[in-house]
Amino acid sequence: MSEVVLQLQGIHKSFGDREVLRGIDLTVRTHEVVALIGASGSGKSTLLRTINLLERIDDGQILLRGQDISDPRVPADAVRARIGVVFQHYNLFPHLSVLDNVTLAARHVFRESRQDAEARGIDLLGRIGLAEHARSFPDRLSGGQQQRAAIVRAIATNPELLLLDEITSALDPELVGEVLDLVRELKAEGTTIVMATHEMAFARDVADHVVFLDQGLIAEQGPPEQLFGAPREPRTREFLSRFLS
Amino acid sequence: MTSTDETARQPSSIELGRRAFRRRQTIRSVAISAASTVVLAVVLWATIINTPGWARVQQTFFDPEVFWAALPRVWDGFLLNLRVLGFAVAGVLVLSVILAIVRTLRGPIFFPLRFLASAYTDLFRGLPLIIVLYLVGYGVPGLQGPGEARIPAVVLGTVALILTYSAYVSEVFRAGIEAVHPSQRLAARSLGLSHGKTLRLIVLPQAVRKVTPALMNDFIALTKDVGLISVLGAVDAVRAAQIETAKFFNFTPYVVAGLLFVILSIPIIRLTDWYTARLRDREQIGGIV
Repeated sequence: MSEVVLQLQGIHKSFGDREVLRGIDLTVRTHEVVALIGASGSGKSTLLRTINLLERIDDGQILLRGQDISDPRVPADAVRARIGVVFQHYNLFPHLSVLDNVTLAARHVFRESRQDAEARGIDLLGRIGLAEHARSFPDRLSGGQQQRAAIVRAIATNPELLLLDEITSALDPELVGEVLDLVRELKAEGTTIVMATHEMAFARDVADHVVFLDQGLIAEQGPPEQLFGAPREPRTREFLSRFLS
Repeated sequence: MTSTDETARQPSSIELGRRAFRRRQTIRSVAISAASTVVLAVVLWATIINTPGWARVQQTFFDPEVFWAALPRVWDGFLLNLRVLGFAVAGVLVLSVILAIVRTLRGPIFFPLRFLASAYTDLFRGLPLIIVLYLVGYGVPGLQGPGEARIPAVVLGTVALILTYSAYVSEVFRAGIEAVHPSQRLAARSLGLSHGKTLRLIVLPQAVRKVTPALMNDFIALTKDVGLISVLGAVDAVRAAQIETAKFFNFTPYVVAGLLFVILSIPIIRLTDWYTARLRDREQIGGIV
C-alpha cells in the first residue's frame, strides 16, 4: 500500500442547528483519485472546505501526511499552501493576467523570483494550450479556458493534494470535456486528487475510489466498478438511478 | 442514520483540547490588548500633564464650573443643530436621488437635464461649504424686497447644507446605480417592467444596499457640518458656545459643544460598522478567511 496523504477521522461540522457533516472517516493515499458524489447539500463541498481549513470543524481530526492540521497551533496558511483548490466558479482574480494568476502563490507565498515563477507558469500554460493567453486577462477566456487556468494556478506550486469542488458544474456542456481531459492528465502524472463531482461517468472512469455522501455521512464507498456496478445500499441505488434515467 | 443520537453527541477529547487552546488564546489576546491600552494611556497622560502649560490649558479649556454653567445654553443650541440635521438629511436624500437618476437617464432628449445635473454636482463639489453658506445666507436675503419678512438664517443655512451635500451624495447613489449588474436590468425589463419601475423596484434597492456604508459616512460628516450654520448667526451649539465663551472668558463651552457632537456621532458610527459587518457576513456565507 502506498503512503497515506490525507486521513479524516470523525469529522463533524454544523452551520447553526444544521449538522452538515456527521462523522466522516476517509483515507486518501498518494496518487489516488477519490470522487465524492451525493445530492446537493450532502456535504461534499463543506468536506472539501474543511480539508483546506476554510471551514473550522466542530469535531474530529484531519491528518495531512500524519500531521494534525486541525490543531489550532498549526499555521493555517502554511497548510493551505500545501493543498491546491479549484472552485466551481474558477475564482480567477479578474485584475491579474492569467500568468499573474498562475504565478501569484509561487512569487508571494513561496518567494520565488519572478523569472523562475513565470518560466514555469508559461511552461504549464503551454502544456494546456493557453500559452498565447498568458498575458490576457481572465475575462477574455472561455469558461473552459478559465477553469483550466484555475487548475494550473492550483497545481503551479506542486501541492501534495488537489481538491476539485464541482469544477465542471458552471461550464457549458461542450466545455466540460477539455477540463475533464486535464484532470485525466493530472491523474496520469500521479497527482493526488479529492474531487466533488456530479459527472458520474467521469467519476466512474477516473476515480480509484468513490465515496457516496448522504446527509452528512458516508453511506457507501468503494471502487467505482463496485459502487456504480453493484451498489449495496438502497440509498446509493436510488441516487444513481436518478442520474442514469 | 447512525445509531447514536446526534443531538446528544459529546465532543471528543481532541475537540475539547482545541476549544481549551482557543479559549486560552482569546484570554491571552484580550490581556495583551488591555495591557497595551493601559500603557499607551499612561504614556499619553504623563506626556500631556508634564507639558509646561498644562495647568493653564486645563483651566481655560476644562473648567468644570464653566462646563456645567454653559451646558444648558449650548444644549439648547445643540437641539437646533439636531432639527437642522433632520431637515438636511431628508432634503439631501430627495435631491440627491433625483440628481443621480437624472444623471443615469439615457437618450438624447435628456441631454440638457443630464448636463444641468452634472454641472450642478461639479459646481457644488468644488465650492467650499463655507462659501455656499455665505452666498446663500447673505445673497438670497438680498433678493428680497425691502418690506418682506426676512428668511431666518437657520433655513438658509439648511438650504446651503442640502445644496452642497446633495452633490456629494448623488455621486454616491450614481456609483451604486451603476454598480448594479446590467443583467438585473435585463431581467426586470424581460418581465415587462418599465424603465421607471425597473429603477424603483430593482435597481435602486440594490444600489442603496451597496452604497449604505458610503452614505453613512457622508451622514456622519453632515452631523458635524450642521455646526457651520453658526456663521450665519443662527444660535446653534457652536454659536451658543461662542457666546458663553465670551461671557466666562473661558474656552470650556467649545469643549462642551464638541463633546455633544461626538456623542451624537458615536451611535451613527457604530450603526455603520454594524451594518457594514452584516453586509459582509451575508455576502460571504461561511468561511473564516
